[in-house]
Amino acid sequence: MSTLDSKIPPGPIEKKWTDHKSHIRIVAPANKRRIDVIVVGTGLAGGAAAASLAEMGYNVKAFCFQDSARRAHSIAAQGGINAAKNYQNDGDSTFRLFYDTVKGGDYRAREANVYRLAEVSANIIDQCVAQGVPFARDYGGLLDNRSFGGVQVSRTFYARGQTGQQLLLGAYSALMRQVGKGAVQMFDRHEMLDVVVVDGKARGIIARNLITGELERHGAHAVLLCTGGYGNVFFLSTNAMGSNVTAAWKAHKRGAYFGNPCFTQIHPTCIPVSGTHQSKLTLMSESLRNDGRIWVPKSLEDAKAIRDGKKKGSDIAEGDRDYFLERRYPAFGNLVPRDVASRAAKERCDAGFGVNKTGEAVYLDFGAAIQRYGKLEANIHKIENASPEKIRELGTKVVSDKYGNLFEMYENIVGEDPYMHAMKIYPAVHYTMGGLWVDYNLQTTVPGLFALGEANFSDHGANRLGASALMQGLADGYFVIPYTVGDYLADDIRTGAIDTKSAAFEEAETAVKGRIDHFLNNKGTKPVDDFHRRLGKVMWDKCGMARNATGLLEAIAEIRRIREEFWRDVRVPGTANEFNQELEKAGRVADFLELGELMCVDALNRNESCGGHFREEYQEADGEAKRDDVNFRNVFAWEWNGDPSTSPLHKEQLEFEVVKLTQRSYK
Amino acid sequence: MGNMKLNLKIWRQKGPNDAGQMKDYPVSDVSEDMSFLEMLDVLNDDIVRKGDDPIAFDHDCREGICGSCSLFINGEAHGPGKGITTCQLHMRKFKDGDTIHVEPWRAKAFPVIKDLAVNRGAFDRIQSAGGFVSVNTSGNLVDGNAVPIPKDDADKAFDAATCIGCGACVATCPNGSAMLFVAAKVSQFSLLPQGRPEAKLRALNMVEQMDKEGFGNCSNTGACEIECPKSISLEHIARLNREYLAATVTKE
Ligand SMILES: Cc1cc2nc3c(=O)[nH]c(=O)nc-3n(C[C@H](O)[C@H](O)[C@H](O)COP(=O)(O)OP(=O)(O)OC[C@H]3O[C@@H](n4cnc5c(N)ncnc54)[C@H](O)[C@@H]3O)c2cc1C
Ligand code: SF4
Ligand code: FES
Repeated sequence: MSTLDSKIPPGPIEKKWTDHKSHIRIVAPANKRRIDVIVVGTGLAGGAAAASLAEMGYNVKAFCFQDSARRAHSIAAQGGINAAKNYQNDGDSTFRLFYDTVKGGDYRAREANVYRLAEVSANIIDQCVAQGVPFARDYGGLLDNRSFGGVQVSRTFYARGQTGQQLLLGAYSALMRQVGKGAVQMFDRHEMLDVVVVDGKARGIIARNLITGELERHGAHAVLLCTGGYGNVFFLSTNAMGSNVTAAWKAHKRGAYFGNPCFTQIHPTCIPVSGTHQSKLTLMSESLRNDGRIWVPKSLEDAKAIRDGKKKGSDIAEGDRDYFLERRYPAFGNLVPRDVASRAAKERCDAGFGVNKTGEAVYLDFGAAIQRYGKLEANIHKIENASPEKIRELGTKVVSDKYGNLFEMYENIVGEDPYMHAMKIYPAVHYTMGGLWVDYNLQTTVPGLFALGEANFSDHGANRLGASALMQGLADGYFVIPYTVGDYLADDIRTGAIDTKSAAFEEAETAVKGRIDHFLNNKGTKPVDDFHRRLGKVMWDKCGMARNATGLLEAIAEIRRIREEFWRDVRVPGTANEFNQELEKAGRVADFLELGELMCVDALNRNESCGGHFREEYQEADGEAKRDDVNFRNVFAWEWNGDPSTSPLHKEQLEFEVVKLTQRSYK
Repeated sequence: MGNMKLNLKIWRQKGPNDAGQMKDYPVSDVSEDMSFLEMLDVLNDDIVRKGDDPIAFDHDCREGICGSCSLFINGEAHGPGKGITTCQLHMRKFKDGDTIHVEPWRAKAFPVIKDLAVNRGAFDRIQSAGGFVSVNTSGNLVDGNAVPIPKDDADKAFDAATCIGCGACVATCPNGSAMLFVAAKVSQFSLLPQGRPEAKLRALNMVEQMDKEGFGNCSNTGACEIECPKSISLEHIARLNREYLAATVTKE
């Protein structure tokens, strides 16, 4: 078994990054002009990286599959972004953000990376404000904060329920500024279909122009994958329809190890599934748990009456409601981390307390918040003896100012007014902590190939805290990669332009073309989605919120069967040289069908419960996750060998020098 | 499955150079809980199984924020309903037996790629002409709270910034003008102290690019504001005009 070198710099944790930055090599301005960098993905990670590298003087080519860089999936993030600014004077600090993130991740993240993330978090806010990102402000004109799950301070910055949109538009504007200057060449509606490795180094990509279908070769001295997460392996998730694993998977097949693939985040507050036509699930931001209270009825009869439509939530008296998170976790209440909240909701629904037709929903109720805010507003505006209606009106206004767009979204989808009736929610796949294994410099096991943002595995361990993905994406893109990539590129100042006529490019392009031709000539009987839905169901049932060895073994066998059938019987209409959305999907699902198997293999080998990975065999008497720090205080990094089930496993041992390992308790 | 029957009339166009035409697609078993795009998914599934070419349309987030989806439904950009995008339109807005016309955005500056998908690259080019604050990435900028911004200005800037770049305003405008889109960006930055220094130049450059791209003139019909899924206000066009005027005066 090889040992992975995480390249963590020496020294005390609070000095590592500063020292590292001052000692790594840099590329002189004149030399940067001779260096080409490819950035695949224009979400927060890619947009920030491409803009920053271009400002520094590198020649950047940026790629995305959407019709504009501005539409990357980051746009959909709702709730907010963390930063250790301590503006609220509630005891926040770099250390506390670091500590919360390591603990929230159930001690499966690398301390040094997380500390750096906490350290640069404050710079992110300053950078975004300078770009004109309109964060929420209070009446004094200062930046406002809210709380997110798993923490006891208020450190989340936000822009109503559209934080991701505003941050991404900030990064996009920086990117477009460089496009205008000619420092970035933007390739939208382009999909990367392979990484090209020349003499052991990543030297370019093969991309398909999605409008003309043409395959293109692009050479560069370094390739940055900022291609997001792979939650869509479950078919139904909160991710955008196009989110996929293809870029990361191709990198994996070219030698990049895949880290902790089974670490998936199932988000507690999503709109429940409504029918078989369902194409995706919609998140109701975690920020709602600041003010919304989660409950089910205390009695099975009441729950049944609600499911049968004989009672409504509002008919259940206060004393007959079970606020199960507040009951089980008094210290954190509704703001426990996501994995904990999701499992608790599943536990209640499995026990028969679910509140919609399918029995898979719990209430998220704003009644109390509307009252509380209404009274507060009445005081602020000096309204004496405000009537209950007035209080309701004032309270509703506050709630609508904070979460208006989310409430509208809910009403649109469900057809019910959430200001009047408690929302119904259920957990759904949301984020993948796993991803390409990277060292401290964000470099994968392929030299010159870097992974940023959700595409890497690095900072969130086995569970990500809310509002930390946006922070990580921007930290990686604005403040980490501009330094660490320079250290690598310092060797390339004399390399000259990469020759895209070499054998490696030829081989990669031929392979890509062969696969496309297979799909189009296959003439099977079933559309791509048919296979994707079946894969998703296996993953959700057997590699979802709770897993066990028997189920995982079954899942592996089923996925292999679906994959075999997919290659034999998939039907992809049209031709290669046109805008062909079925062809795009086919390539992505083919990769999901391999990744899904690896996720099950990973889950099967991790004989412990930690964070979002809950193995039913490993739990405490009270149902809490039972970690095994002796055997699994490590990162699983899988190497590709052609068959996910026999992939060689490499382990990175995690050292906790600062944070003491304890059972994660939110009680 | 649901029980609505609908008669869809959908624009089919093989590529940019094809003339294109409306085609009939009767569908049944439509559930009112489906979104409009899910209804099209079901139709496409059927088309593929029959061995035909499915209908191309842009979409991604399916929750009203990415700005990808872009259908002209029964003569309205993003279909019936105020303040929503196509992907947020649900079938409960229709009734059994309805005929529904589905077309792409139609504007000179947005050429059709295939069927219902169009090329909105012009918006990116307008953005790169000036839709930014000229600030580089730096680890040591002034603190985010160094310059307080009145809540009212911050809120207004935010309202403008919620534009999703979908292009419904252009598709709706009888002149194919992009003024609402451009105004939203110009206005966002000009309301914030960070954006003030470049406010005039920004207006000038973005408008110049807009004209180059072949968008029409704004004749204040106000149709854009009505169809905009984010309810971007015409007020922003007034602000853009002020910045633009100030810029041309100082330029001369
Ligand atoms: C609904 C929702 C709400 C969320 N809310 C929050 C929140 O409030 N706070 C928070 O911190 N996090 C939140 N998250 C998580 C967060 O949004 C994501 O983790 C983060 O935005 C990912 O950013 P990224 O830059 O890594 O990738 P993405 O934004 O997913 O970007 C991926 C990019 O890669 C491109 N790409 C992918 N594959 C290819 C390919 N093969 N070829 C070419 N281009 C490719 C895409 O075009 C895109 O540009 C939320 C997530 C969801 C789903
Ligand atoms: S102004 Fe409105 S209609 Fe126009 S692009 Fe923006 S969001 Fe779409
Ligand atoms: S698909 Fe994103 S706005 Fe409609």
